[in-house]
Amino acid sequence: METRGPTEPPQGPAPSLWPLGFAIGITVALVGLVIGSWSAVAVGGVLLLAFGFLWARDVATGMQEPPAVADEAPGGPETVTDVAAGGPAPAELEDEEIERFPRNVFLELSTLGLGAAIGGLVTLPVIVMAVGDPFVHDPVFEVDIGSIEDFPEGEFMIATFFIDRAAGEVSRRTAYVRYNGPAENGEPSFTIVSNRCVHLGCPVQVNGLVLTNQKKETNEGAATLVEVTPTAAASGFGCPCHGGQYDTEGNRVAGPPVRALDRFRFDIRDGRLVLLAPYSVAEVEGQGADAVIKAYPLVNPSVHVDGPEALFYPFEAP
Amino acid sequence: MATARRRQSRLVTLINIPLDWIDERSALVRGVKYFLFRNVPGDISWAHTLGSATLTAFLVQLTTGVFLAMYYKPDPDKAYESIEHITNDVTLGWLVRGMHRWGASVFIILMFFHMARVFLFGAYKYPRELNWIVGVLLLITGMLEGFTGYLLPWDQTAYWATVVGININASAPFLGPFIADFLRGGAEIGGDTLARWYSLHMLLIPGALIGLILLHLYLVVRLGVSSPPWSDHAAGRDRTPRPARGRAGLVRGGRR
Repeated sequence: METRGPTEPPQGPAPSLWPLGFAIGITVALVGLVIGSWSAVAVGGVLLLAFGFLWARDVATGMQEPPAVADEAPGGPETVTDVAAGGPAPAELEDEEIERFPRNVFLELSTLGLGAAIGGLVTLPVIVMAVGDPFVHDPVFEVDIGSIEDFPEGEFMIATFFIDRAAGEVSRRTAYVRYNGPAENGEPSFTIVSNRCVHLGCPVQVNGLVLTNQKKETNEGAATLVEVTPTAAASGFGCPCHGGQYDTEGNRVAGPPVRALDRFRFDIRDGRLVLLAPYSVAEVEGQGADAVIKAYPLVNPSVHVDGPEALFYPFEAP
Repeated sequence: MATARRRQSRLVTLINIPLDWIDERSALVRGVKYFLFRNVPGDISWAHTLGSATLTAFLVQLTTGVFLAMYYKPDPDKAYESIEHITNDVTLGWLVRGMHRWGASVFIILMFFHMARVFLFGAYKYPRELNWIVGVLLLITGMLEGFTGYLLPWDQTAYWATVVGININASAPFLGPFIADFLRGGAEIGGDTLARWYSLHMLLIPGALIGLILLHLYLVVRLGVSSPPWSDHAAGRDRTPRPARGRAGLVRGGRR
């Protein structure tokens, strides 16, 4: 086994400071994001771009040189070329030097083209099948959760129901429903909050008494199997997973959630309360019937719907 | 005595004939010998066996997983029952499932030990950088195996851990919501999610993992095993010739 000769130049990182500046740029930008200082983000971004450009230019200059290939002889003694001296590189058999016939080029291109076409024909349908349906959301959602009289004024009721009974327990959903009395225009007002925590999607619970013994079915015989459980003295909602806390309007009061709890749209049909598709809420001002809700289309938990962070989520699934 | 020796040589011939037949047509025996009897530095230690240990852990996962798939049913109504069936009813099912369940942790832990060894010994340095990169991809695919496999028992822990995991993915800027839709197979977690993750867990990701492992091993054999940092010897193989001027100016000074 040969040991490395003294004439061999050592392998090591570049004597270049550009990557260091690049790293400092990243750090400044990220720290700026964390402490919410946009000027720091801008400074970091400028550093990032400047040093990134210098570094890339450095690398690109190194790459442009014609590489000289020393043929490897397996098992045999290796040829050591003295790079530092900058001696003439051994001649290399370039692709261009090999004589090519038009037929040869045509065959190569047609093989590649045909292979790519066949590969695409197989891969494309597969990918569309994998992602096509998931990206199209079905907005149709209607659940009759019982008569208005089932919901006493001022207390949250826990309504559970199936959105697709055939799919089984996995399709059970929970909504917290509170009757606020009639609104100014005389229509009955409801606060209907989704139990999906907007931190990471765990089920939030009522902070209060759950009167399990008074559970009853409010839409007898319906496939959705609506069950309503009264609560008493609910002071808000809490999530068991990471401790997110919400007030009775669904506004975040503590913990990691990024917005207020999602809500369900609703409709009153012949004195019965019908839940419609849920939507996301940035914040609720006021209470009960007077609440002003900043509503947005339904998005995933942990996604910001307002503020500068919302810019990170420019696309909505259709 | 002479008879015994003659009998033994006849036995050796009997073994050699089919091996020679195969080798003459495929060079496979030569290949295996090249793989097994290649030179390694004389002062390597037990720390160098962590890679093989990780490979062994993966092979255990592969074997046990194949046979668990014979009993598992990726259906929301039946998944948990089929897991109970494997654990309680199938002969030695508890053992095979236990090997897969605990072996998963062993695999991940060994990957980290192996990575720590490579890092602390500086074995990721030239010319083995590419193998470090392949190793990082292996770490990611291995973690994805853990992530997708965790849902399959379909109990409360599995379900809610997956809800949280998917929503963490959803919180990624720009692409996050689409990754989450892809992982859920729709807007909500349901039967499609379980079947999808089953397929990812036992077909797609293991395929990628096996391909990456073969690439990883190819590079190990081609570049040789590195000696420890305290070694008097050079790395386990003569220096790989490199393009003479290709890197000049890139990692050290010189004419540009």
